[in-house]
Amino acid sequence: MRMIITKRAPLPGWVQVLVPVGAILVTLLLSAVPILFAGGDLWLSYTSLFKGALGTRYNFLETCVKAAPLTFTGLAVAFAFRAKFWNIGAEGQLLAGAIAATWVGISAPALPKVAVLILVCAAGFLAGGLWATVPALLKTKYRVDDVVTTLLLNYVMWHIMGYLLFGPLQMPNSSWPRSPAILEIARFPVLLARSRFHLGIVLAVAAVLIVWFINSKTVFGYQARAVGVNPRAAAFGGINVDSVIIRTALLSGGLAGMAGVGEVAAIHFHLLMDISPGFGYSGIVIAMLGRLHPLGTALAAFFFSVIIVGAQSMSRLTGVPTYIAEVIQGMALIVMLIALLLTEYRIKAVKD
Amino acid sequence: MPADRPAMSAGTEEAPASGHTAPACVVEMRSITKTFLDVTANNNVTFSLREGEICALLGENGAGKTTLMNILFGYYAADSGEIRIGGEKVSFSSPKDAIACRIGMVHQHFTLVPSQTVLENVVVGSGGGKFFLDLSGARKKLLDLQERFGLSVDPDAPVWTLPIGGQQKVEILKALYRDARILILDEPTAVLAPLETRELFATLRTLASEGCSIIFISHKLYEVMEIADRVVVLTKGVLTAERKVSETSERELANLMVGRDLAEKKRPPRGSPGKPLLEIRGLRVKNDRNLEAVKDLSLDIRSGEIMGMAGVSGNGQRELAEALFGLRRPLSGCISVDGRPLPPARPKASVESGMGRIPEDRMTTGLLLELSVEENLVLENHADFRTLGMLDHVAIGRHAERLISDFSIKTDGRTAKAQTLSGGNLQKIILARELSASPKVVVAAQPTRGLDVGAIEYVHWRILDARASGAAILLISEDLDEIFQLSDRIAVMYEGRIMGIADGGSASREQIGLWMSGVNEPCA
Amino acid sequence: MEQVFTITFITGLLAAMMRMATPIIFGTLGEILSERAGVLNLGIEGIMLMGAMTGFLTTLTTGSLWLGVAAAALVGALLALFMAFLAVYLGLSQHVSGLGITLFSTGLAMFIYRLSVGSPVNPPTVRPFTQAAIPFLSEIPVIGPAFFTQYTLVYWAFLLIPALWVLLYRTTWGLAIRTVGENPLAADTVGINVNLVRTLCLAGGGALMGIGGAFLTLAHQNMFLIDVVGGRGWISIAMVIFGNWDPARGAAGALIFGFLDALQLRLQGLGFDIPFHLFLLIPYLMTVVALVSVSRRAAAPAGLLKPYRREEKG
Repeated sequence: MRMIITKRAPLPGWVQVLVPVGAILVTLLLSAVPILFAGGDLWLSYTSLFKGALGTRYNFLETCVKAAPLTFTGLAVAFAFRAKFWNIGAEGQLLAGAIAATWVGISAPALPKVAVLILVCAAGFLAGGLWATVPALLKTKYRVDDVVTTLLLNYVMWHIMGYLLFGPLQMPNSSWPRSPAILEIARFPVLLARSRFHLGIVLAVAAVLIVWFINSKTVFGYQARAVGVNPRAAAFGGINVDSVIIRTALLSGGLAGMAGVGEVAAIHFHLLMDISPGFGYSGIVIAMLGRLHPLGTALAAFFFSVIIVGAQSMSRLTGVPTYIAEVIQGMALIVMLIALLLTEYRIKAVKD
Repeated sequence: MPADRPAMSAGTEEAPASGHTAPACVVEMRSITKTFLDVTANNNVTFSLREGEICALLGENGAGKTTLMNILFGYYAADSGEIRIGGEKVSFSSPKDAIACRIGMVHQHFTLVPSQTVLENVVVGSGGGKFFLDLSGARKKLLDLQERFGLSVDPDAPVWTLPIGGQQKVEILKALYRDARILILDEPTAVLAPLETRELFATLRTLASEGCSIIFISHKLYEVMEIADRVVVLTKGVLTAERKVSETSERELANLMVGRDLAEKKRPPRGSPGKPLLEIRGLRVKNDRNLEAVKDLSLDIRSGEIMGMAGVSGNGQRELAEALFGLRRPLSGCISVDGRPLPPARPKASVESGMGRIPEDRMTTGLLLELSVEENLVLENHADFRTLGMLDHVAIGRHAERLISDFSIKTDGRTAKAQTLSGGNLQKIILARELSASPKVVVAAQPTRGLDVGAIEYVHWRILDARASGAAILLISEDLDEIFQLSDRIAVMYEGRIMGIADGGSASREQIGLWMSGVNEPCA
Repeated sequence: MEQVFTITFITGLLAAMMRMATPIIFGTLGEILSERAGVLNLGIEGIMLMGAMTGFLTTLTTGSLWLGVAAAALVGALLALFMAFLAVYLGLSQHVSGLGITLFSTGLAMFIYRLSVGSPVNPPTVRPFTQAAIPFLSEIPVIGPAFFTQYTLVYWAFLLIPALWVLLYRTTWGLAIRTVGENPLAADTVGINVNLVRTLCLAGGGALMGIGGAFLTLAHQNMFLIDVVGGRGWISIAMVIFGNWDPARGAAGALIFGFLDALQLRLQGLGFDIPFHLFLLIPYLMTVVALVSVSRRAAAPAGLLKPYRREEKG
């Protein structure tokens, strides 16, 4: 008995959309395993998860709040992966953006609020973007593998932040690694009363639209896709592959940086060592679930946010550790990969 | 061992001469059918091979010859049918089983590891259950085989240092090392110079006389006539004819291969060349191994002329083409199109200079298979389709439809993914993209490789059409027939240099063959 | 500054270098085994973490250190087999499969640890390995204490280096592995089962990675923390490239990294006036620099990253 994997005729578009949805459903089903293993009551677990994330107006808005950085990092990774720039460094780029936003935020010049906010965002975007161009340059000039460099640079930026938070950026007279609070004028306004729904969420939605526009309507978007599919043929056709990779890195890092900006300017108002609970890495799963498409990425980010927020209340009510969120995250990725495979190939069992 | 091979019979049992029994069927393939997705590669094919015979499997590209032999070698599994070796029914689930039945195969694209030595390549996988490598024992066995069959290669040389002919010898030694008695060769002469082909044939005759049975896949008629005892013709997956070579002719085989009566191929009328449009001066190009592959090459190609560049693969043609395409930076030298020098290593410059480029590996270099047909068609000029800074998909769509219709590209629509198209239609995408803008210069590298007769005819027609519009065309090809058919002038490339240039109408095959093997003296 | 060149300092430095290099050597050798067969295993960071956690919990519950090591190896092999299922059998993108395994393993490790141990104020500890001195050799000044008074696992790691070398270059199995990694079609046509070779190499590599993780919680430290692996899996990946996919060279890279890691720790203790975090990033930065320096001659196995399927016509 062996399995034969043969290519299958391409499936129509609408089926392709169902695939991530199906993957999410399967993942939720499979989540029952770790929940049961942890001794949690299944019904209570699922209901507390969904209620905790979507049950009340506040909860729903909280889910949106959590979805913002995930959307940004998801977009960052999706855009990079589309051009086969394996940006595993979204975490470090996020930190770079957070650092830059903090620096502007605590020393904001005397300008109208709008100008200050623009400055904060621009600083964060640029910081993240530039940090991503380092591995991109290493890839184009020296053919150094981007997976390893983007990863290693996460740790480098983490330690740079540590140095800053115990040094120049440290809150005076404190022994904790924490920056001074950013000024009121540099903080993102809350847009809906009795919630934390802030400007950053709107910016995230705008980012989704902008990335969609770039992908489908611009020369750059076409070129990035061509480079991702076949860099040799793209070069043959006259596309400047190196330039495309660098610009992709800039945009990708910038988007990740915006995630950091949001966390500082809207949620914590200080720079902290644990400003990011792994948003950059979650972005990878989100991007894959979203099939590297901006809209899919946004929906996947929302789904993840539901899981993360819901896991908190699930944990309070059932005692299942909050790490279940990470487990579900990992499972979702694997289920998604297998589902993707099934859209392209048919698996048959054949008797020898 | 019989001193001369016994007389072959084409199916009936004859009273054998000189007391030998009629040769047994070493291989029988009955009613083999194999389908991939929606293509039936082999349709109910029944084929047999007798001991000690050289049987040719003839057919055009895509006829199913390689598939059939891959089934015999255990690489594919047939959907239905059975195989018998030496009269016994067998079932192969992998090449391991075929090798155990003493079948060996020399594939069209070599299955060697270039960075390893000859010895390592030959020995891999045949350790016989031993844990530690016994290289000295293996070396001895290899040298014995080399002497017995006259195939000399240095066992400790890394394979990448060997010329193509040498690499093929390694492939044959691999099979012999595993005691192959049935040898399958898939288009072995496609990569050989005429001299090396003669050597190969001598080797095959030696093997046959020692009792090996040989299947020789080819689409070259004159070779089949020269080396084979029997020929079996496959057309579009069906076995359409079987002949003894002594009882047939090239003309008959050609007709059987294509299924219609082919008139003797007429040479199209010669062009009338004008001023040089492609000028190459002192070009020196390094290959991936950092060795000079193109050595001080100078060439002029005139408007309305086809310059055929003949030569065995591996003599610098790939590097020459890549330098012209802008994919590889030359060490020195100058390339000019219509008098204007091209900045080196900038594909965009080649595109903008009015050069139509047809790359050798269409799938890896010329196409973006996961993108749509229309996205492939505008690869080089997509920036031209902009309104208000945005890509104008409507205009792109119109442009694509026009090209699809002009070039008769068979596709499920302009938005279908390129990977759903057949080889011939993929090449049409490239032709449409490169030739539709009436380029001044056309550089075509192996443009008909792997295509069926219909597609080959179409490519030739388009090339001749470009010539009629005044383009200067460099046609790099391993296929001598193609070179002779189309070229106004023929140049031969050997070890990075041009051995000579002859007039297309009057050049002799022999002269070209000698140049291809690096022999410099002119024919008497 | 004079303190740097005392015997005690140098001996301590070298001994620490050996200890810091050991998990990376396990990781690098395991990754070399996988990559020489043609599969990039980005699950290494997660596998090492699961190895660390499994080893720790097993020892915590059974009291046996070696049982912990064995359990870690087993878990590492199982996770790597899962990787084989995704990347070899199903032929999914090796990049994404590996990252998925790392993400999944990281979450799983924390989840199981939290379930088993809860969140006590003082995290549980085990009695770690003690160092085993090799007779005679450990008497030699400087070298003795540094190299021959180490944990047993350290000796294992260093013995594995020539063992892997011999396997790859002097055995029939090694030739098969290398051929599978360079040209899987060539291997298939001489009857080697490409997918089986890749799966076995992944499993063996995974076991080594698991042991490397267990070293961190059973010898190097004696407790489990979420960041106990701290990027050593990724460093191993970098060391494979740095060592040009050769066991000896890769291990040399690991030693250099271990040296830098040990050095920065000791220099901090000496009161050098450089901020502590900047010290911490030196090894990572140096790894990036090292990768750039070898990029020109880096020659990955030609079949790396490509799933092998019998060619589909169509």
